[in-house]
Amino acid sequence: MEHYNMNLTLKVWRQKNAQDKGGFETYQVKDISSEMSFLEMFDVLNEQLINEGKEPITFDHDCREGICGACSMHINGRPHGPWGQTTTCQLHMREYKNGDTIVVEPWRAKAFPVIKDLMVDRTAFDRIIQSGGYISVDTGNAQDANNLPINKDKADESFAAAACIGCGACVAACKNASAMLFLSAKVSHLALLPQGEVERKTRVVNMVDQMDKEGFGSCTNTEACEAECPKGISVLNIRRLNAEYIGAIMSGDDK
Amino acid sequence: MNWKHAFTSSIGKKLVMGITGISLIAFLCVHVYVNALIFVPDGYHKYEVAAHFLGSNPLTRIAEIGLLLGIILHIVQGLMLWSQNRSKRPVKYAVYDGKANSTWYSRSMGLLGTLILIFLVLHLAHFWAPNRWQQLTTGHERNLYAEMEAIFQNGIVVIVYILGCISLAWHLMHGFWSAFQTLGLSTAKYRPIINGIGIAFSILVPLLFIAMPVAFYFGWLPPAASFTEVAH
Repeated sequence: MEHYNMNLTLKVWRQKNAQDKGGFETYQVKDISSEMSFLEMFDVLNEQLINEGKEPITFDHDCREGICGACSMHINGRPHGPWGQTTTCQLHMREYKNGDTIVVEPWRAKAFPVIKDLMVDRTAFDRIIQSGGYISVDTGNAQDANNLPINKDKADESFAAAACIGCGACVAACKNASAMLFLSAKVSHLALLPQGEVERKTRVVNMVDQMDKEGFGSCTNTEACEAECPKGISVLNIRRLNAEYIGAIMSGDDK
Repeated sequence: MNWKHAFTSSIGKKLVMGITGISLIAFLCVHVYVNALIFVPDGYHKYEVAAHFLGSNPLTRIAEIGLLLGIILHIVQGLMLWSQNRSKRPVKYAVYDGKANSTWYSRSMGLLGTLILIFLVLHLAHFWAPNRWQQLTTGHERNLYAEMEAIFQNGIVVIVYILGCISLAWHLMHGFWSAFQTLGLSTAKYRPIINGIGIAFSILVPLLFIAMPVAFYFGWLPPAASFTEVAH
């Protein structure tokens, strides 16, 4: 692919802290390489701001290889920008051409309050995991491998659900700011395995309770979450979550 | 079972929508079947018999109460969900590219439902309410074929009915599958079947309903006056 440079107009959400009202600031960046990642372009912009004596833009980032789920940017109306199954760090500037205007906003959800600029507080996800996303295991030496036989298809399904990196794109994309895809992935990857069997029913009820407490919306099955998930988590997991939940409340195992 | 979970959790509220939604789909099957009998060229005999059977049978009268409760539950819960879900994103996006990841009708169920509700009020006022009132006061049902013929002479009414049925079609296009997904039934194996039936249902049923006012308006059906009254 041919390499080229471009000049861009960026409209970026700036907000001093959680209490600040915030607003958009417009910036010009010049000579951006088409081979840069979106975050590298932001690094260039931040250096420019620092050189001008201005406050750099705060944004979450960590691994920069698509596995940590930190880079939460809503780019031109879509979480992580226009590419399918990628995070912001995997979005490259060859998507854009000279003269483009790009609008960058933080995730918008009641349960994800803005900390500063583009950084939001996603600890609601951690509290959902704490409420049931674990299993009980015996302490001591590790078991021999393959002591617990698991069907290959179940192991694969569980693994596909466990690919969730908790980035919050599902919440950001959902018109109801619902965390159902995230929660369904966390419930599914344990519910499909024998290790998850002990807490199976209390887990799903407690995690849904916690999700509701955190202020996420409910699911309207628009499937926007699946379309925007960088790991391609399927809404079939939401189907399983619903079935697990119905099973748990019908059997009376919810307290 | 903790009833609080069954009805007030985010999944519980959706279960109410799904169960009432599927009940309403079942009702639509009966409604469209009986009404489509007007197209049978037998001097509206089959239609009259079926309508009279439903109108005078105590079991269907009891089921009607269930149907009304189901509709009310579906409407009230739907509007509550719509307003609660809106509050989950207090600061809106400046740019939100919904069409990139979802269909417009899946995002507009509240709007489509409201349009159907407006149509439904008119529709019940046209047929159901006067018929039940007369049945209650005189013990006789109205001649619904003649009623349809009279009401559907008005072009504006016909257009409103067509728009109501189009809203229903889009509402079903998402709602049919969505109900099965919420009830945990849309597995990888059954999803294509549910989707296929859902799409066929969402197109065929509203089309049949649309055909009724249109047929009366353009005079494609024999006038009620040409039939001898069936004795009840």
